[in-house]
Amino acid sequence: MSRNVNINVNYLTRVEGHGNIVVKIKDGKLDECKLEIVESPRFFEAFLRGRSIFEAPHITCRICGICSCGHTLASIQAAEDALGIKPTEQTTLLRKLLLHYEELDSHILHIYLLVAPDLLGVPSFVPLVKSHLNVVKRALKMKRLCNELCDILVGRHVHPISAVIGGFSKLPSTQDLEQMHGKLVELEKDMEDTVELFASLRFPEFERDTEYVGLINDEKEYPLLYGDIGSTDGYRVSKYDYKVVVNEFVVPHASAKRTKWHRESYAVGALARFNLNYEKLHPKAKEAATALNIKPKCINPYLNTVAQIVESVHCIEDAKSIIENIWQKGINYDEIVIPDINQKGAFPLRAGEGVGAVEVPRGLLIHHYECDERGIITGANCVIPTNQNTHNIELDMVDLIPKIMDKSEEEITLALEMLVRAYDPCISCSVHMIDLRID
Amino acid sequence: MSKPKVAFFDFACCEGCQLQVANLGEMVLDLIDIVDIVEFREVMSEKWDGEFDVSFIEGSITDEHAVERVKKIREKSKILVALGSCATIGGVNGMKNSFNLEEAGRYVYGEAYKFFPTIHTKAVHQVVRVDYFINGCPIYQPEFLTVLKCILKGLPYYVPEYPVCVECKLNENVCMYDRGLTCMGPVTKAGCNSWCINNGNICYGCRGLTINPNSQGFKDVLKKFGIPEDFLMKKIEMYNKCKELDES
Repeated sequence: MSRNVNINVNYLTRVEGHGNIVVKIKDGKLDECKLEIVESPRFFEAFLRGRSIFEAPHITCRICGICSCGHTLASIQAAEDALGIKPTEQTTLLRKLLLHYEELDSHILHIYLLVAPDLLGVPSFVPLVKSHLNVVKRALKMKRLCNELCDILVGRHVHPISAVIGGFSKLPSTQDLEQMHGKLVELEKDMEDTVELFASLRFPEFERDTEYVGLINDEKEYPLLYGDIGSTDGYRVSKYDYKVVVNEFVVPHASAKRTKWHRESYAVGALARFNLNYEKLHPKAKEAATALNIKPKCINPYLNTVAQIVESVHCIEDAKSIIENIWQKGINYDEIVIPDINQKGAFPLRAGEGVGAVEVPRGLLIHHYECDERGIITGANCVIPTNQNTHNIELDMVDLIPKIMDKSEEEITLALEMLVRAYDPCISCSVHMIDLRID
Repeated sequence: MSKPKVAFFDFACCEGCQLQVANLGEMVLDLIDIVDIVEFREVMSEKWDGEFDVSFIEGSITDEHAVERVKKIREKSKILVALGSCATIGGVNGMKNSFNLEEAGRYVYGEAYKFFPTIHTKAVHQVVRVDYFINGCPIYQPEFLTVLKCILKGLPYYVPEYPVCVECKLNENVCMYDRGLTCMGPVTKAGCNSWCINNGNICYGCRGLTINPNSQGFKDVLKKFGIPEDFLMKKIEMYNKCKELDES
């Protein structure tokens, strides 16, 4: 069939940040296909230089409002690594709890407010208020509960306050633990309904095999906060060798850099984690996976959203166990950290370099800092999940378009928008974090 | 009477302030009951070609394209609101202004920096007229709702001109200076209910400097605790660097 189609999605909606999809089909053949990043750069890495490394988490969490807690945790890990600070067991547990809250909050936003409207055939959640009021109410309630969990633990979800280098500037009371546990139990019920709802919805069918990359480790738990970098092609390297993984390169049609490891592209995110670490998921999460008809290795990128649902079940269950664990141990309030830029000299300073590698909602996030003997940042680099996914998304589109070329322009556009959305791209994050600067 | 048409637009920012609105939980339903949200790209695909009764602008103005875009939005908007620190005072984006822009560009993007033309970061009011300011990084939801009510009733909203210390005292926090730390509370606009200090951290000054800060009092505090003034300038710059564009 010879046919000309031009698709220009100017400002992709229901994603975080500004991106465009440009597709040109000429005489029935794919002529051009690109995902453009048009967000204004903010130059975080440049202006971190000259600031105290103790300020890095406060500043870098402002790269992104949605994964603010994730940036905070990666930043803290990199800074503590550079300074040689070892977190206590209590701190580590609370950070794992915070990361669970982050995954939950972001996943629920994505599953319900960003993806569900497509599956239900409407442009946003607003029309759903009329047609699916209970679904909207449940989504908003779950979102509120996640926010309240973060409020209790770290003051707020968007730009957490009390998670700092060295530990926490505020520690939860017994009553706080009780409240958080109660909210997680509430979420558990809503999550069951969520699984039921999404099991009844149809996701587009499309498969393309790729290399899935994420943290792996030898411990029993599903790795989110610590690990080496592994891939479904069987490779494993230390986080310090992240540059071996990301191999940034430039494509002629886009100024933003791309990444690849052993194949033309790779993918990070919930689906990558699911494929890499399925065995370590909580039994209830595995039950949810069965109900949702997803199993590893799943190579349908649209099902990243489904993997997020499975992970949400896991995070709720594991967060509950962490709280029960902390409860039994009792909280040591002597560990409260006095924050700020180490004005009181609580931590010995040294010149150094550190790497933080954390699984945030959209995938593997790396922060890498260098500081001098006064703790002043001299070099900074961040590798953002969305940057790692961009090339993979584009290759998905190249593979998908010929398969759906006989459909209407609207249908092709929707299929492509849904594909990009499935990756839950965070374009605000990706744009200013493109180059590798520390050699 | 039809519901007022409200839109949210984002410029250079983290989109966390819009998220604070989406994070209102079930209250979002009450919100869409009284206003007609016609554009909100982060969570909606709907677009609107007509005029806006109220436009919320999140983010700073950091390139020429943004200057033109915000001017167009201003033309189409009866009321324009700067939402969050990036919009009201330039916020963390302002730190860029301390650097040579070409050098900063090269540092992040290497030779590809030319693909990312940039200008000195500006707050929204440094480009177009702003009718209401909602400070904070991120915005404090109770204040957002207060301002929204004022807008809908046609009343002005006055950002508190007293410092964060006033709210902090009411919350009975131990003063950070007494804990040996330098806090921006004494010179930062209140309205956040001393959010950060309540959670054991210092104030970083995200809501902007008070219009008439008690400089002498503040210098006395710094002297009492032996803190050099230039040390403090670095702290002020974290959020308030763009203020010098107001003064020039």
